[in-house]
Amino acid sequence: MSRVALRPTRGIPPLAWSALGAAALLAVPILIRYGAPGSERYYLHILIQILIWSFIYTGWSLMGRFGLTSLGHGAFTGIGAYTTVLLWNVAGLSPWLGIPVGIGLATAAALLVAYPCFSLRITGHYFALMTLALTEFVRLCIVGWRDYTGGSLGTQPQRAPGGVSITALQFEPDRVLSYYIALALWALGLWMWLRVDRSMDRYALDAASQDEEAAASVGVDVTREKLKITGLSAAMCALGGAVYGQYQMYIGPDTIAGLGVSLNIVFGTIAGGLSVLLGPTVGAVFTQLLSEVLRVAVQGSGLTAQLGSAALALDTAIYGALLIFFIIYMPKGILGTILEARRRRRAGAP
Amino acid sequence: MLELSGISAGYAGAQTLFDLSMRVEAGEAVAVIGANGAGKTTLLRVISGMLPARSGSMTMDGVSLRDSPPHRIVETGIAHVPESRRLFPRLSVESNLKMGAFIPAARARFRERLDYVYGLFPRLKERRSQLAGTMSGGEQQMCAIGRALMSGPKLVLLDEPSMGLAPVVVQQVFDLVRRIRQEGYTVLIVEQNVRQVLKVADRGYLIEVGRIRAGGTAAELLASDAVRDAYMGI
Repeated sequence: MSRVALRPTRGIPPLAWSALGAAALLAVPILIRYGAPGSERYYLHILIQILIWSFIYTGWSLMGRFGLTSLGHGAFTGIGAYTTVLLWNVAGLSPWLGIPVGIGLATAAALLVAYPCFSLRITGHYFALMTLALTEFVRLCIVGWRDYTGGSLGTQPQRAPGGVSITALQFEPDRVLSYYIALALWALGLWMWLRVDRSMDRYALDAASQDEEAAASVGVDVTREKLKITGLSAAMCALGGAVYGQYQMYIGPDTIAGLGVSLNIVFGTIAGGLSVLLGPTVGAVFTQLLSEVLRVAVQGSGLTAQLGSAALALDTAIYGALLIFFIIYMPKGILGTILEARRRRRAGAP
Repeated sequence: MLELSGISAGYAGAQTLFDLSMRVEAGEAVAVIGANGAGKTTLLRVISGMLPARSGSMTMDGVSLRDSPPHRIVETGIAHVPESRRLFPRLSVESNLKMGAFIPAARARFRERLDYVYGLFPRLKERRSQLAGTMSGGEQQMCAIGRALMSGPKLVLLDEPSMGLAPVVVQQVFDLVRRIRQEGYTVLIVEQNVRQVLKVADRGYLIEVGRIRAGGTAAELLASDAVRDAYMGI
């Protein structure tokens, strides 16, 4: 059938630019090796973190863009990461099998919470609160099962002998390899986003987010459409969480599970731009760099000497304040606002 | 074509329809009239599956519709134009029409249906790229009817198409209803605008507080005391 765009998708770069961007990203490790030889590991680390979080943010934005504001994604990243690591540590199951199990569990948890919400038409704030409860539940489970999970201190995957290991999916010692793994993950996220964007599901969800009853009246199975996107979104975040754990070689409730993670995902995605392809990526670049710059600035400023440990939280406080500023004054996000301004200028030109 | 028998339905804590039976034959235009709160909108919501009936039976061409979800009911050839139009306000006119052809059978014939609806309502073609929410009330009603026709229905349910429109526009909307009748669609229309709707319809039912009070041909209803006293202000 012929395609009629419901609304032209914005923010997808033309092919030539995409190819150029891909080439540049593939060349980054070489550039860093010659550009900043002393800090190669540090810069790659920052980039890897940005790429993994971009993937997670993109996963969240798949449903977030349709008004399904979930605060449960910190649970999904946590389930993905903890399932993988615990199966490896306790049962000796390779992450190649552990990750699919984690994804399955996270998807099941998502559908379990989402199904009653969607069939009872629980939306908006109430949906956010339901998913928030899931996040807290998962965090409490992690803290409670401290014999296995290490409680609130977190735990580590047992290192396979010999550093980089294919069976144990441990690649962290080789930063360049880690970079390419993270890059592949990020590209997978963009591909998923584009697939959803070009599917009939997106039209259905877009319509349902504007008027649920009208969407149902034209034959959209609203509950099913929402469940599909929720499952996909949770699965992506579980995969992202698992890879994050494998890269960091440490998982803790504060870093990969819980409300803080959920909020970071939501804020980061909204700051970048909710409904544009690269919005979540821009959000991850922005939030990761901002928190890194603030951390270095605060800790290097000597404030720690005067304020003691209170200064340790100062960077987080500034970070939070800046994010609030962005969400109030740039509701379309950084990339969304830029693209909108550019389109206005073009439309205004003769 | 459509047959309801002993339908009861309602919302939490309030029953709105009581043991309601009615039928619509192919090619007919049937009006349901009654005061605000009589249960007219509830009736259409039950037929289109938005609100499950509590008891009774409902068939379309002999196939039971009881407990079918809305998307299944659309597939049986029933299209619902909801109360107050319910367009997708931030989608263009054409995208609204595209959503009307969402079910797989209609999707396969999207181009054909689109040309048909544009032929029927050329105004929509002129406005194709305008956001639906920015059009006038009459045009929005036209778009809502067009969207319903996109699914290739046999029966069109119209819920108060004249609501909230200026008197001149109300005339135009009833002209639209006549037009789709001429196209051969079976129409079930709910209205408070009794005089107007009985000019368009073949038959009608009067419902009061969730029960059918009277039924008959349009002429009979126009002449009946029950309708004249309560709704015609004579």
